[in-house]
Amino acid sequence: MTDGWRHAGRPFVWRRSLWISALLTPALVVMVLFVLWPVLSAFRFAFYDFNGLRPSGFIGLENFRQVLFEKPYSDWTYNALKHNVIAFLALMLFENGTAFLIAFALLKALPGHRIHQVIVFLPVVLSAVIVGFLWRLFLHPLFGLVNQLLGLVGIGAIPWLGNENTALGSILFANVWHWLGFPTLVLLAGMQRISKDVLEAARLDGAGDYALMTKIVWPLIAPSVTIVTILTFIGSFNWFEIPYVMAGLTGSPGGSTDVLGLYFYRTAFGSTTTGIQDFGQGSALAVLMFVFVAGVTAIALRYLRRREIEQ
Amino acid sequence: MRDRGETFRNGAIQLLLAVNAVIMIYPLFVMVASSFKTNAEIFSSPLSLPTHFSTANLEKVWTETNFVRYLANSVGITVASVALILLFSTLAGYAIARYQFRLSSLVLMFFLSGMTVPLKLAIIPLFIQLDTLGLVDSYLGLVLVYVAMGIPSAVFIMTGFLRTLPRELEESARMDGASELRIMWSIMLPLARPALVIVAIQNAVPIWNDFFFPLVLITSDNLKTLPQGLTVFVGEFTTDWGVLFTGLTLAALPITLLYIVLSKQFISGITQGAVK
Repeated sequence: MTDGWRHAGRPFVWRRSLWISALLTPALVVMVLFVLWPVLSAFRFAFYDFNGLRPSGFIGLENFRQVLFEKPYSDWTYNALKHNVIAFLALMLFENGTAFLIAFALLKALPGHRIHQVIVFLPVVLSAVIVGFLWRLFLHPLFGLVNQLLGLVGIGAIPWLGNENTALGSILFANVWHWLGFPTLVLLAGMQRISKDVLEAARLDGAGDYALMTKIVWPLIAPSVTIVTILTFIGSFNWFEIPYVMAGLTGSPGGSTDVLGLYFYRTAFGSTTTGIQDFGQGSALAVLMFVFVAGVTAIALRYLRRREIEQ
Repeated sequence: MRDRGETFRNGAIQLLLAVNAVIMIYPLFVMVASSFKTNAEIFSSPLSLPTHFSTANLEKVWTETNFVRYLANSVGITVASVALILLFSTLAGYAIARYQFRLSSLVLMFFLSGMTVPLKLAIIPLFIQLDTLGLVDSYLGLVLVYVAMGIPSAVFIMTGFLRTLPRELEESARMDGASELRIMWSIMLPLARPALVIVAIQNAVPIWNDFFFPLVLITSDNLKTLPQGLTVFVGEFTTDWGVLFTGLTLAALPITLLYIVLSKQFISGITQGAVK
């Protein structure tokens, strides 16, 4: 005990506890009411049948059975899950791959590298709603910027968001544009932590840019790669805003852009096409998503951390 | 020979960066340019600069839509949420960092565990909770959710920072007979300003940009936030692209200006915020 009331008598001890409690109370009350209680309830509600807003009876694993094994719910679940998996893989390859190249280019600190960092990070601070609507306009088949530019080189109008084969890719592109700056600057920060001596030594040994990138930089930024991978994974499986804005609540066209976040929202809060809301099924989906993301993250972290140490 | 190779490589790198910069900036440039154009101009010549700077779209957005209201709501909700996050987490962080008490580490653990749960997935019980308290479709309900979301990492940062402040300052003030409140408020907290700035930016950006919680919790048009209001707006003016681009430009403007002024703090705040 080093603080002021060390040698104080009983009334002071009592006053001290009161003071500390007063400092902690506001934050604790908010946390208990709006984090602890809702999170615990989310698990409990998954085992209940709902009548409107109130749980009406315990039904065991029925909600889980429905969303995982009963058609048409299970079809919707797996269709959405498939798109989340595609999104994760595509973002790892295109978003983080590009980010790695840009970061490596910025590491050279050529003229203009600082302003480039500010530019590449600018879309990151914008709302996904702004980014989504902007690209929805740009991807318009007739008047959109993308097809107008492609028209200049003789490529005909492509209905990017209207075609089942191109819609998900188009939305992913908008997502890459929105977030590219984030992995770029996280990876760049990792690269800047590599000691100059190591890079110099490799250069003197005659390593070219490619060897430097693959043999020195890539292994040494393993901790940053871990962070970017985990955040991409969590982001891909909680993906909601850009698909909602660009493809609508049902993942049009024909469910080709449906993701778990949209499906969860439709189930929990209803929509014009899927009809009534079901808090029980929604809770089961939320629990499954949480357990899946938390479980895979924990396993991946162990694996990636071990990889960091080995290298 | 070597120099030439180096020049060539650097040239290639600059080219790659230049292409990337154009891809990042050009769409925003077109957005801003289009906001000064008429609809006919956007459709007939989308790639050119506006022939004259028309403010007709701006007037339309200002007078015919609820845009100003959405903007004011977003400002109010963001400011209120960030202020409460700073206040509550500083108080709690101060108690954990500066006093020794029996449950101290347990309390810290409780706050830290909040960083691992995605509150979005608890939206159903959260909705029921707010409904019970009569806070659905109100500013207060939304603000409380944001405060709850922000507190865990804010307590983490504030506790860590407040622990680093030297004991001597506190002790000597106590010798002089200053009250605990006074020591905290006038001596310790002014020193915590750098941490407060980081916490403020880390929370202000995602709250300002958030769409999910207003979508679920707010239904009255007069209470809607800017991102949510944009969806209403786009629904109403589907074919009036001049107005749409103007709305998007105006919605992007406040945070973009702030970002240009404080880009360093934004970048470190947001990257550290997610990395933590």
